[in-house]
Amino acid sequence: MSQRNRLQNGGRIDRSKSLTFTYNGKLLKGYAGDTLASALLANGVDIVGRSFKYSRPRGIVAAGAEEPNAIMQVGATEATQIPNVRATQQSLYDGLVAGTTNGWPSVETDLMEYVGKIGGKMMPPGFYYKTFMFPQSLWGTYESYIRKAAGLGRAPQDTDPDIYDKMNQHCDVMIVGAGPAGLVAALTAARAGARVIIADEQNEFGGSLLSSTETLDGKPAAEWIASVVQELASFDDVMMLTHSQVNGYHDHNFLTIQQHCTDQFADRAPNGQIAQRLHRVRAKWVVLATGAHERPLVYGNNDVPGCMVANAVSTYINRYGVAPGIDLVLMTSNDNAYRTALDWHDAGRNVVAVVDSRKNPQGTLVDAARERGISILVGSGVIEAHGSKRVTSVSIAPLNDAGDAVVGAIVKMKADTVATSGGWSPVIHLSCHTGARPVWNDAILGFTPGATVQKQLTAGAINGSFTTANALNEGLSAACEALSHLNLTKPDVSLPATQDIEEGEAMALFHIPHTKPTSKAPKQFVDYQNDVTAAGIELACREGFESIEHVKRYTAMGFGTDQGKLGNINGMAIAAKTLNQTIPQTGTTIFRPNYTPVTFGAIVGRDCGALFDPKRYTAMHSWHVEHGAKFEDVGLWKRPWYYPQGQETMQESLNRECLAVRESAGILDASTLGKIDIQGKDAREFLGRVYSNAWAKLAVGKCRYGLMCGEDGMVFDDGVTSCLAENHFLMTTTTGGAAHVLEWLEIYHQTEWPEMEVYFTSVTDHWATMTISGPNSRKLLEKLTDYDVSKDNMAFMDWKPMTVAGVPARVFRISFTGELSFEINVQANYGLHVWKALFEHGKAFNLTPYGTETMHILRAEKGFIIAGQDTDGSVHPFDLGMSWAVSMQKPFSFIGKRGMQREDCVRADRKQLVGLKTIDPNVVLPEGAQGVLDPKASIPMPMVGHVTSSYWSANLNRSVAMGFVKGGLDKMGERVFYPLVDGRVVEAEICSPVFLDPKGERQHV
Amino acid sequence: MFYIYCPHCCEHREEEEFHAAGQAHIPRPLDPDACTDKEWGEYMYFRKNPRGIHHELWVHSAGCRKFFNITRDTQTYEIKEVYKIGEKPSVVANAVEVQNSHTQNSSKTPLENTLESQSGATL
Ligand SMILES: [Zn+2]
Repeated sequence: MSQRNRLQNGGRIDRSKSLTFTYNGKLLKGYAGDTLASALLANGVDIVGRSFKYSRPRGIVAAGAEEPNAIMQVGATEATQIPNVRATQQSLYDGLVAGTTNGWPSVETDLMEYVGKIGGKMMPPGFYYKTFMFPQSLWGTYESYIRKAAGLGRAPQDTDPDIYDKMNQHCDVMIVGAGPAGLVAALTAARAGARVIIADEQNEFGGSLLSSTETLDGKPAAEWIASVVQELASFDDVMMLTHSQVNGYHDHNFLTIQQHCTDQFADRAPNGQIAQRLHRVRAKWVVLATGAHERPLVYGNNDVPGCMVANAVSTYINRYGVAPGIDLVLMTSNDNAYRTALDWHDAGRNVVAVVDSRKNPQGTLVDAARERGISILVGSGVIEAHGSKRVTSVSIAPLNDAGDAVVGAIVKMKADTVATSGGWSPVIHLSCHTGARPVWNDAILGFTPGATVQKQLTAGAINGSFTTANALNEGLSAACEALSHLNLTKPDVSLPATQDIEEGEAMALFHIPHTKPTSKAPKQFVDYQNDVTAAGIELACREGFESIEHVKRYTAMGFGTDQGKLGNINGMAIAAKTLNQTIPQTGTTIFRPNYTPVTFGAIVGRDCGALFDPKRYTAMHSWHVEHGAKFEDVGLWKRPWYYPQGQETMQESLNRECLAVRESAGILDASTLGKIDIQGKDAREFLGRVYSNAWAKLAVGKCRYGLMCGEDGMVFDDGVTSCLAENHFLMTTTTGGAAHVLEWLEIYHQTEWPEMEVYFTSVTDHWATMTISGPNSRKLLEKLTDYDVSKDNMAFMDWKPMTVAGVPARVFRISFTGELSFEINVQANYGLHVWKALFEHGKAFNLTPYGTETMHILRAEKGFIIAGQDTDGSVHPFDLGMSWAVSMQKPFSFIGKRGMQREDCVRADRKQLVGLKTIDPNVVLPEGAQGVLDPKASIPMPMVGHVTSSYWSANLNRSVAMGFVKGGLDKMGERVFYPLVDGRVVEAEICSPVFLDPKGERQHV
Repeated sequence: MFYIYCPHCCEHREEEEFHAAGQAHIPRPLDPDACTDKEWGEYMYFRKNPRGIHHELWVHSAGCRKFFNITRDTQTYEIKEVYKIGEKPSVVANAVEVQNSHTQNSSKTPLENTLESQSGATL
């Protein structure tokens, strides 16, 4: 296929640079400077997709972000697939591979068209709610059907090979849009010395001027653009972003910009380059110069390929040197669109007629059309287009003054292109993102930005100031206003002279009547992407949907990636008319971020793969890796889980590790436990307030276990705190709870008790902690220290400073296994040295490294809880059977005391933590299993509590478990049953959670 | 995303550095044991959800770790002021709204109560 619609001259394309691309498997050619859309039109490609519900063939309608139909899947390889790319926004590059998103088996011969005709009837407005509500079982069928039909695009199956990036920016003035208003605003701010960012979605700056034949200072507008761009580039503090879509305008003048850095040049970013970058901008002032989108008119079969928005036709001619047809009919309600007829005529093509809904159009452009001998049919409208895969003719009829009824004979005219204009809709999307409600402006027949609390200014067509002269003026005044807020001096800026074009008054027209009522007329599409018709909107209104937000949701108008750019105003106008009210009374839906689809790559940036989340390693991590440890994530920490040897299964490893600890000696890397250094004369009193037990008498050199509760009395953390000196303590927390506990201490200190002199410092990373545990742990420690660690000199719950393996250490005689244990703390960078020294001397004692899983089993054998596993925020210390850790006599009402005395907290039948001894010792209860007292009760059975911890204990040669049972502490010896999903019912005896060494003799040696 | 001025660091920083810690000026009762269950429940759980001016406690968690207060408009998300713990807000909702918000003590508005207690603790 040749570029049969390409013009010989004109446009901002480079005819010397031919580019080859693939579209639906066919090789086509375009030029540098083309978009995918302009290249497709140049090649005479009419159909670019099939519609969502009705599977109708669709062509390119627009030339920018508002394009509803040409939604492409782009990518030469599986890994570089990008779905939902608008052909109008994708720059052409050599080797580009694009395909239509929907259309099956191909867009040209779409089998779905026949299905779609059924589907269309199946899917009136509200079909999600009506048709697909029942039966539920068919949802899978519906969903796959909808997905197939809807052309949602396809995510790549392989990993994206490109690099994406994020960048934080700060500026004085952020200018969105580089049309005439934006360029003048940027130039003014730049000359004043402001830090400026100007971003535009297009491949070059210039906005509307790029597609217009207007002159500035008597010369082509392109010359003025080039001079401004050149000057802007000379400022160090001006950042110019092309191919950059400002997609979100968030609170406090925070904007997100998606910059396409390389994906307009190649399928993959060149080696080492960033494909896309997300700029996160904090701007002191924002100037929105986002322009306007032309509104098409709504008429019968207005979706047949060849039906386009008027200005898009001009853009393809003037900017890309493409005339997308031969015979044009232009339908308009305003003067401005006459430009399209002039451009078409001047490109040497045939203007069949201008169909003007107004009775007596007058103005410079109307005169120019008459001078060219273009036929103008006044007081008329195109009521219907004919053709299936391309427009072949149109029906034109005279309209009444209001434009809502056909009042004369229909004339049929041959044409392959219908361009329409119902006026312009300001692009107010960004101004809505922070919650401002748009305001209807009768003078321009459109919504303009509403009042905002953002430091936001607007300039140009977004305000309904559609002429170039007004855009330039408003760009200047917006910049000057920003500069005055910024206390910068306004510089000299002279604006270029614009052409004097007089335009007559436009007519408020949105929906062209047909001879048949709307419900019977050929489909009149309002929202192409979602297949919403005028009849659908009228039906929704008749069915009682009066709020425009409800109409939107019922019909799907403005949904998805479209966000109502093209059709929203027409839809509201039709709804308003049906409801017999004005457009401002009907109101508008609110546009949400993002303005156009953003790739996941840009959102994710570098935060993927190895950089997805930070990882924390202990000082001994390399040893664990060398010794084959399996790791588990605890918070951000990588903790050894267990150390398999040879062909061991996990359970075999755990059995070996568990036995080794109780038989001789094991070692655990406990460095990850949170450690908070607490100092100050009120430190002791503070501990008494945040822990449930007493701290007044804890002597220097002693350690104590404490429970931390919320004001509701529920346990949220636990740990051992040691008295290092009279006013100096070391608190340990759970690994995952460390940050929360520190903030907890701070909030009480800072907001409730600021008079207390106490300081908290996280020292978790400062210390490497290794716990040696087992009957031979003392003998092992003695080999590395000269300090007397005998029972007499160092009793259980003592801590002593000493030298271990030549390194200063704090050694704590605390135990989480129930065995004789020493927790050795050394400065973190000595950790690996001491760890290795322990192993050198540990051979004689079969020193066995164990991980978190063995730690869990050993503590469960002893009935020690793990906060967060055996607690869930709904249990207080008494529920845990830990009344010994609560001191109700403390003078200060500690945090949790009042909460745990509430009526509900003192019920006798609360769920209480107990031991669970399965009747069959070989059965290990699943954690989370729900207990019942009567397994024969009818379903739903009354549940009495769940299993929180359950393991196989090699030491006891049976299972051990803990769990909650209602009133369990008074049910010792009674039975509880656990019906499992596989049908088994496990019977267990309620017992003390201390399965091993109930008197604690093993740790007191 | 908010842009928050930390009154301790004395500069604007991104919201990512901060955590919201709920409604401000909820003092812990000075004698919890004297509270009824209902009073304790009010203290723990009952919070305002106003449309408009709201006083909030925030912490500069990834910065100086200091807590401070923000007066924020929950509708526009404008931050009207920031002030340190123990200080009083200068931007407040109208008196009727304050009185209707919730009741702790008869003669004074809850805000007055909380402010007194808060500053009392600070002194
Ligand atoms: Zn700070």
